[in-house]
Amino acid sequence: MTDWLTADEWSALSLSLRVSVWATALSLPVAVWVAWLLARRTFWGKPLLNGLVHLPLILPPVVTGYALLLMFGRRGPAGAFLEQAFGIELAFRWTGAALAAAVMAFPLMVRAIRLAIEAVDPRLEAAAGTLGASRPWVFATVTLPLILPGIVAGAILGFAKAMGEFGATITFVANIPGETQTLPSAIYAFLQVPGGDAAALRLVLIATAVAMVALLLSEWVGRAVARRIAAG
Amino acid sequence: MTLSVRLRHAYPGFLLDVAFDAPPGVTALFGRSGSGKTSVVNAVAGLLSPDAARIVVAGRVLQDTEAGLRLPVHRRRIGYVFQEGRLFPHLDVRQNLLYGRWFAGSDAPIGPVVEMLGIGALLHRRPGGLSGGEKARVAIGRALLSDPAMLLLDEPLAALDEARKAEILPYLERVRDETALPILYVSHSIAEVARLATTFVLMEAGRVVRAGPAGEVLSDPDVVPALGVRAAGAVLSARVEAHEADGLTRLETSVGPLWLPRLAAAPGSPVRVRIAAQDVILARHRPEGLSALNILPCVVTALRLGDGPGALVQLRAGEDLLIARVTRRSAEALGLIVGLEVHAVIKSVSVAQADVGRTEAALDV
Repeated sequence: MTDWLTADEWSALSLSLRVSVWATALSLPVAVWVAWLLARRTFWGKPLLNGLVHLPLILPPVVTGYALLLMFGRRGPAGAFLEQAFGIELAFRWTGAALAAAVMAFPLMVRAIRLAIEAVDPRLEAAAGTLGASRPWVFATVTLPLILPGIVAGAILGFAKAMGEFGATITFVANIPGETQTLPSAIYAFLQVPGGDAAALRLVLIATAVAMVALLLSEWVGRAVARRIAAG
Repeated sequence: MTLSVRLRHAYPGFLLDVAFDAPPGVTALFGRSGSGKTSVVNAVAGLLSPDAARIVVAGRVLQDTEAGLRLPVHRRRIGYVFQEGRLFPHLDVRQNLLYGRWFAGSDAPIGPVVEMLGIGALLHRRPGGLSGGEKARVAIGRALLSDPAMLLLDEPLAALDEARKAEILPYLERVRDETALPILYVSHSIAEVARLATTFVLMEAGRVVRAGPAGEVLSDPDVVPALGVRAAGAVLSARVEAHEADGLTRLETSVGPLWLPRLAAAPGSPVRVRIAAQDVILARHRPEGLSALNILPCVVTALRLGDGPGALVQLRAGEDLLIARVTRRSAEALGLIVGLEVHAVIKSVSVAQADVGRTEAALDV
């Protein structure tokens, strides 16, 4: 494989995949929980939570990245705590890139999953309650299977967003080859140097191919799950 | 009392204030749509949290707001059969049936319930492909298998056409007769209620206007206006005697024989026959040379003259009560008064097959 990709290009691709997989995997359960809160519960501060979730979608990514740097940087309150308590370093590390990608992908995932939860008939959940299922069991046995297509769609959307995330990442963790230089950062870097056009074009094609595969996969999985649920 | 319900709940512009007690058997909650029937059932199930309530089922207190006690929905052991079935679309029929059974920790075999409801052929199908009648039966089975202390049926037949209703009613009668479960049955069909109910609770605008044994309430002339005069009718208990050669079935009532078009029931089986008030003709003397076959000696027990041309007459026919709807003119011409002996004339063909139901086993002994 390495004969048609240089080491730098290869490391950018594999880093991007690693960052996106971690970002998606870690934020998905939180996204399901938050989506359920927003769809099914009424509580004080719900509009605030809703706004907070959507903030990364409407803020300039640079602002989000800077906010992450202030909070999770080595001197930031959360960053210092994580480093002292768990030895997790985020600033200028690939883990920080994963955090930035997760934060940016989060609202998209929540939106997709929330729509799926709202489409589930609450009367089915009530029926499950009368049959002896407590609230967590109702969620696990009725809500979750019925929103699976929405979760898959949300996860793929989040993964694609994480693969393409640029502004917050470069602001928070910079553009260090082999550590934080993801595909978009690499494309940007190649475009900054004379003669980098060809390498940038190769990465653009790869990014396009990964996005297309993700999209087709989500369509296919979503349809398979929906068929399994609605099978007559 | 097996079921005791007291509840108050203020909706914007609607006050629900209900109290009734019911013995074992089927308690019918009857009333127009919007009278609050479903709210009562939801409060019993725990899906509605009333402002004030005390609900006791078979000695178990489900809710007592004064004592600050409220069992959550999933611990009430209520088998709720919803109007729309509410089967889980992602599970097949068998998994739907097993759902409540698993949470109840029950190891009762599903065979008897499957057999009783005739759903054996559906077990591996998805709810999406079932007909309305099949869905209703599966929903009843699912509720029964959750090891309930009580069944709630909220118009389980309302979404079905007449043919499907006729198909399900015998199954409901079997549920009533073969399980000892108290049943709260919401309906606005008097024919269903007459076939199934032991106790009748009539609701109007969020209140109970009448509650009591079904035979008594259904034949009460003062209740009829609330039911609608066309729906009025009482229930006669009878026993199938013989199927005769000319296509009629002879039944024995406490006041003499009753001939009806051939019934599906076997000789010896107890049935209840709904006689619509408008199908009863009254005569002072036993009529002769009449085509109608059924002439039952009765005593007038109550009389209600309406504002219009009609009059309602309650009659004691042996152990049962009948109700007849005649004109005021006839009532005056016959000189009807309470205590008068009359003959009730009923055309055999006026009693439809759907008006005849099986009797609960309790009346047998």
